[in-house]
Amino acid sequence: MHANTFDRFEHRHSLIHRLDPRVKTVITLLFIVANVLLPDGAWLAFLAAWAFLLLLTVLADLPLFYAAKRSFIVLPFTLAAITVMFTLPGQPLLSWQMGSRQMMITDAGLLRFVSIVIRSWLSIQMAILLTAVTQLPDLLHALQHLRVPRILVAIISFMYRYLFVLADEAMRLLRAREARSARGWAGKSGGTIWWRARVAGHMVGQLMLRSLERSDRVYNAMLARGYDGRLLTLNPHRMQPGDWLAGVLAAAVIAGIQLLGRLPPI
Amino acid sequence: MPVFHHRADPIIASPLPAGAPVIAVHGLSFAYSDGHVALHEVSIDIHAQEKVALVGPNGAGKSTLMLHLNGILGQHDNGRVQVSGMPINRANLPHIRAKVGLVFQNPDDQLFSPTVFEDVAFGPLHMGFAEPDVRARVERALGQVGMEGFGERLSHHLSIGQKKRIAIATVLSMDPEILVLDEPSAGLDPRARRSLINLLRQLPITMLVSTHDMLMVRELFPRMIIMDEGHVVADGPTPALMSDAALLEAHGLEMP
Repeated sequence: MHANTFDRFEHRHSLIHRLDPRVKTVITLLFIVANVLLPDGAWLAFLAAWAFLLLLTVLADLPLFYAAKRSFIVLPFTLAAITVMFTLPGQPLLSWQMGSRQMMITDAGLLRFVSIVIRSWLSIQMAILLTAVTQLPDLLHALQHLRVPRILVAIISFMYRYLFVLADEAMRLLRAREARSARGWAGKSGGTIWWRARVAGHMVGQLMLRSLERSDRVYNAMLARGYDGRLLTLNPHRMQPGDWLAGVLAAAVIAGIQLLGRLPPI
Repeated sequence: MPVFHHRADPIIASPLPAGAPVIAVHGLSFAYSDGHVALHEVSIDIHAQEKVALVGPNGAGKSTLMLHLNGILGQHDNGRVQVSGMPINRANLPHIRAKVGLVFQNPDDQLFSPTVFEDVAFGPLHMGFAEPDVRARVERALGQVGMEGFGERLSHHLSIGQKKRIAIATVLSMDPEILVLDEPSAGLDPRARRSLINLLRQLPITMLVSTHDMLMVRELFPRMIIMDEGHVVADGPTPALMSDAALLEAHGLEMP
């Protein structure tokens, strides 16, 4: 019983997989920042950015809509931007009375909202692509070399290692609950929603306690092997000419997209 | 920009004085902060090349004793625990941790790095070896436990038997003088257990192993220490203790 659905595609050996993780991380960040900087309604640039992303997906030997399929997870978060539809001044498109307030969607607001959704959607796709083509340990090394504070890198590293252990533990708890969730012949089982919520709460607490105790044992295991507060690593990564070339090319494409987004409409 | 971080002074183990015990524990008592007394006046000596089993019911103090051998507990015991003639104190700790290879019961606690390589390299890196030495040690340790080529694997994808082997490799890479294992055969299926026993037999290194697996004790360990409620209640040759049915029964053990 293992929760290992997370990293199914990391082991392929495409052109993109072989790139230095630092290049991939920097390009991803650059892509996301550039994306955010694109003006509202730069449809052509959005399209070009997506095309670039699909091109990378193809080069990485992944299914064409690999990232797109996994990107919908971000959509609920874009709902936070829904208010811009109402607050930006512009031509009213739709209005209605809600209580004592007049609600009004403006054209500029709608344009901005759609642009925000597209930007988030593109950005998350790039991030998904990055994790699909880079093993997490490599990504962590990249972060360390990019001067991300040690402690943050260490936290991510432990999280990654123990996410699976925790997921397994949670699965065992759930299974144990299932196994005892008998149902009588008549009527509903499982008590009230309040009672169920309490059971779930206890399970979360249980998981938390177990993790706390585990963290103690892990720390002991680290001490036993000479841990003194510093996390040391051997780093096998060297930048090759190909890495530099790929980095420069990708940066140029991103700059091109930016230019496309800022050209005056013909 | 390849970066390699190591300390200026690698920890080189000083040789053990001839005839001195690797582990010397004399009159060690210990109570946890909640008041629970886990060890009462425990005394044991373990000499080089001995293979010793530590048995007794759960809560007998076996794991607590093991944590003391590595200086994780009881750094202020005034020399009641000595490793290779060194009392456990802050200055000696790095050396002691290199000498006592402590392997915990649950490999998921022992293997905390994303990849196998990083876990096996953790000890040597902290001992301050340079990159080629670290790589050579990882290679050798993985070879010793029969897991060559597993370096780039992710720990959470391994089977429990494989994890146990890697866990042993993580301390073998530090070249310890004594291997201290906490219930190594617990939770293994018969085949994995058999392969672990064969591995322990082959390793030419001093060992102290806590276990409930009496069959393994009889097969592997010429000497046996029985603990119960924080006391060492018996310490002697395995065949003699194993044939004392009354002694075994009094401490919740079974004759194999």
